[in-house]
Amino acid sequence: MKSEFKIISNLIDKNSHVLDVGCGDGILMEFLIKEKKANIRGIEISKTKVQNCIAKGLTIIEGNAEDDLKQFPDKSFDYVILGQTLQAFLNPEKVINELLRIGKQAIVTIPNFGYWKVRLHLLLKGTMPVTKTLPDEWYNTANIHLCTIKDFVNFSKTMSFKLSKSIALKNDQPSIITNSNLGMKNLISNLGIFLIES
Amino acid sequence: MNFKENIKTITINKPLKLDCGKTINNFPLAYETYGSLNKEKNNAILVFHALTGDQFVTGVNPVTNKDGWWSYAVGPGKSIDTKKYFVICANVIGGCMGSFGPSHQNPETKKIYGTDFPVITINDMVNAQKNLLDHFGIKKLFSVVGGSMGGMQVLQFVSNYPDKTKTAVPIACTSSHSAQNIAFNELGRQAIAADYKWQNGEYSSKNTIPDKGLAVARMAAHITYLSKKGLQEKFGRKLQERDDLKFGFDADFQIESYLRYQGSVFVDRFDANSYLYITRAMDYFDLIKQNNGNLSNAFKNTKAKFFVISFTSDWLYPTQENKDIVIALNAIGANVGFVEIKSDKGHDSFLLDVPDFLKALKNFLDKSYLEE
Repeated sequence: MKSEFKIISNLIDKNSHVLDVGCGDGILMEFLIKEKKANIRGIEISKTKVQNCIAKGLTIIEGNAEDDLKQFPDKSFDYVILGQTLQAFLNPEKVINELLRIGKQAIVTIPNFGYWKVRLHLLLKGTMPVTKTLPDEWYNTANIHLCTIKDFVNFSKTMSFKLSKSIALKNDQPSIITNSNLGMKNLISNLGIFLIES
Repeated sequence: MNFKENIKTITINKPLKLDCGKTINNFPLAYETYGSLNKEKNNAILVFHALTGDQFVTGVNPVTNKDGWWSYAVGPGKSIDTKKYFVICANVIGGCMGSFGPSHQNPETKKIYGTDFPVITINDMVNAQKNLLDHFGIKKLFSVVGGSMGGMQVLQFVSNYPDKTKTAVPIACTSSHSAQNIAFNELGRQAIAADYKWQNGEYSSKNTIPDKGLAVARMAAHITYLSKKGLQEKFGRKLQERDDLKFGFDADFQIESYLRYQGSVFVDRFDANSYLYITRAMDYFDLIKQNNGNLSNAFKNTKAKFFVISFTSDWLYPTQENKDIVIALNAIGANVGFVEIKSDKGHDSFLLDVPDFLKALKNFLDKSYLEE
């Protein structure tokens, strides 16, 4: 199991009501049902992935996070999860606001564009970075709003939402991000995981 | 046609108060079943048929000798697996396959009802069919499933009997008939009424049927069940058994011939007055209005797990109208899944061999059956 999923699982309470936005094939959903007996729903845009979720018996709604979150009432979930997709939205601000409106808390994970390998790629090769977490070329990537861990921390201040927990992942090893180690974590980590609330 | 001997009916002795204000009693409800009810009586699925369907869901329809209307979806090993589930389907009241309808005799006047039959609604249809649960001693169904008007009955059933089903699958339907829906139904009704043989609904006493009018109604409706792309791919401008246009009004084009055929076979199996009554019931269907403008209220008392399905090329009950049901359910935190199936086959997709649809339906039912 991906260590990202284990960390997310550790962030949520048992029997919570959870929405996984952009749930893909539902691997995280299955994991949270098993580990946390989560009462979990998924939203997914890909028809193929929706079918895969139905085949697993998951409750899934075909839809698009930018349009279809508005149907959920305020604070109707304990947690809303957005795994590595914030950077793909046209309007990340709007999506974050929606996550915080419908969820008591939200869990957002981001591929860190400040990771040293990414920086080195641009520095040495002079071309847009292509890595394991960011495998596409600049012209065909869905990731139109990439950011770094530091950007996201700054974003929380601008948007004035609270970072309840900030975790950095480096080669599957988690560590806590603090104000004093932010620069270093932003350099050595490939993923950031944030538990946020309004 | 070998009619009556192949039709199972129960007589409903419990008075049923209709939305129009009249009460009916001791009336027949025709039904069919497939598969067997298990000991726990928790494997029953009530299937609701659409406008021109009947209780003969699958296998050979003993009256028409054609395949049942949902043979692709229902049967051993199929989406609604009759090896696993006990499938019940009833002919709606107002219909013409044995259930109480306008072609029945009024016991008081000894005359065929015709348009003296009370106007019925989707609500009335569902309330009549609820009696089947008592008949079979079923406390709670495993599922209620239906497409088009069948989907409307699914929604109405859950609203009326929130604790009588574990799951609910409304397919290609709406919670409120739109102006366009009503317009097409009115076109069909006017086609029937314009046939002089309709005789204000008293055609059976004059030993005739308004076959031309009913056929035109069917032709017009049939177009709404298909998509432009589907029609174009299947027929295009292909000519019917001729090399060139004949400069007349015979069926030059295959699509014309196809529609004429669809109209002509329909009149052999369907009653014109039933067509009026059932389309009227669909037009009156407005679950939003029934719930004072808030569709969510229809479902606030149910714990049923919903699965809503729509089709990309269905312009009669488009995805957005199906999604409105999902939105109403999510607004109250109900357990609802939703999928839009890609298909060029229009509204009729739910009746046809559309593998993604059949797979999704099967997976939803089979997985939900295993839960708790």
